[in-house]
Amino acid sequence: MATANIEVSETPLVLYALRRADDALILGHRLSEWCGHAPAMEEDMALANMGLDLLGQARELYTYAAKVEGKDNDEDKFAYLRDVRQYRNLLLVEQPNGDFARTMVRQFFYAAFADLYWRAMMASSDPTFAAIAAKSEKESAYHLRHSSEWIVRLGDGTEESHRRAQDAIDDLWAYTGEMFVVDDSERGLIDAGIAIDPAALRPRWLRTVTGIINEATLALPKSDWMQQGGRVGSHSEHLGHLLSELQSLQRTFPGATW
Amino acid sequence: MYTQALNSSDGDDRGVEDVVRANQFQARIDADERIEPNDWMPAAYRKTLTRQISQHAHSEIVGMLPEGNWITRAPSLRRKAALLAKVQDECGHGLYLYAAAETLGTSREELVDGMLSGKAKYSSIFNYPTLTWADIGTIGWLVDGAAIMNQIPLCRCSYGPYARAMIRVCKEESFHQRQGFEIMVTLCRGTAEQKAMAQNALDRWWWPVLMMFGPPDQVSRHSDTSTKWKIKRFSNDELRQKFIDATVPQAEFLGLTIPDPGMKQNENGNWEHSPIDWDEFKQVLAGNGPCNRDRLAARRKAHEEGAWVREAAMAYAEKRKSRQLAQAAE
Repeated sequence: MATANIEVSETPLVLYALRRADDALILGHRLSEWCGHAPAMEEDMALANMGLDLLGQARELYTYAAKVEGKDNDEDKFAYLRDVRQYRNLLLVEQPNGDFARTMVRQFFYAAFADLYWRAMMASSDPTFAAIAAKSEKESAYHLRHSSEWIVRLGDGTEESHRRAQDAIDDLWAYTGEMFVVDDSERGLIDAGIAIDPAALRPRWLRTVTGIINEATLALPKSDWMQQGGRVGSHSEHLGHLLSELQSLQRTFPGATW
Repeated sequence: MYTQALNSSDGDDRGVEDVVRANQFQARIDADERIEPNDWMPAAYRKTLTRQISQHAHSEIVGMLPEGNWITRAPSLRRKAALLAKVQDECGHGLYLYAAAETLGTSREELVDGMLSGKAKYSSIFNYPTLTWADIGTIGWLVDGAAIMNQIPLCRCSYGPYARAMIRVCKEESFHQRQGFEIMVTLCRGTAEQKAMAQNALDRWWWPVLMMFGPPDQVSRHSDTSTKWKIKRFSNDELRQKFIDATVPQAEFLGLTIPDPGMKQNENGNWEHSPIDWDEFKQVLAGNGPCNRDRLAARRKAHEEGAWVREAAMAYAEKRKSRQLAQAAE
């Protein structure tokens, strides 16, 4: 029984917390995959650092989701005992690391959003979210700075690095729209002042992104077609593989404490 | 992480160097003074330390691989964060140690190339595989435990930058050791399967960990110069004994059996181990351990695949510099 997926009562508040927690966990997990394999030791440190920040955010958000839900779920049950259809993260964060350019572009797109998002969420009427936002905002600001510097270096570096960075932008661009989408469940929280409306952040996000991309002598794609589905559990094929690795011990030894 | 087995010096400080200076140098060492980068030192002292510190640095970097192998599969979010932070610490130790080695006049790039080409050694313990989660606990408990035994005396090493690096490294290592032991406690108090996993990990790691202290004193050739220079303060066997005596009660506390049925306590209270299979040690050192090829391949792959990134960073820095110069000229 213990290997079975948990059931989650996805009230708007629980769902909201899980979506943000899943973003942080999955992106943190992706960054942790680099550990020991980065292009330079300094970058090994930096990628692990960002991964740890995100893992920390995920743990706080899961713990709060568990508290709000009020059942016997906890951070580990949310992380280890939900299947791909129950995960609520953005498609962007589950995209594979690829080369270093792809990892940095993914980080850059997300951090440019998270930085604005968490800063705005510091005004949440929910004190727990406001506190999580205050911490996450500081971390995201660093992630944005670090990834921005790399986008510029790669874009304005060598021919090869420019090409790789441009390829990454072209491939990942379609996953950026989902960050700004709001559904009915979230609309209620926005109206109640618990959450903020991400759509309102898009102009500023685009300004930040365009500024860096221009400085890097790169270009944003013309296409405005955007993929979505992560927020309701319609993921890319990549997430299942990530989860099978992440969850392997919990699934193999049901009910054990580690 | 570090192995005493690697710190053999060339033992040749006789050379043609100034006898007066050499004597003054030895007098400073005897007076427990610290040698600093700009001080005069015998060429052999420089060479021995460059090798020892860089091998130590390589060990930290290669040591990221066996433990990194479990970051994505760590069984809880708390364990995952702790393991990622631990492996990150090891990278930090590597960087710190390369910087210490560089103060002796060899660049990090040169030192790293030596490792990638297979010429320079790193601790053989990392040529064993991490097969289960219990290996992560065991590495923290025993490998970090053994490393601490080796490194605490190095905090008083005669070379200043190395000694200072060790003080910081030791603090973090002892934290890792406690973390590893805590994983073992949890496993041993867990299900029968978890306990068996812990025992199996101990069975596999025990003997390689004892080998970390290096060959027995009778055959360890070059200890004398290192001792005279106060790089090394205890013999291989002394440290190995200290480690075993500290570990036996811990294994007992865990309810695990050390895989040495012949081990017995002597009248001094020391635990005497059965003979160590030094042929295995030699084989692993010669490149025939279970993971030698994988470890080097992984480091080479990261280095090669990262080349375009490092080149881009250099190219960008150059461009920026020349733009700034052009601007200043306007």
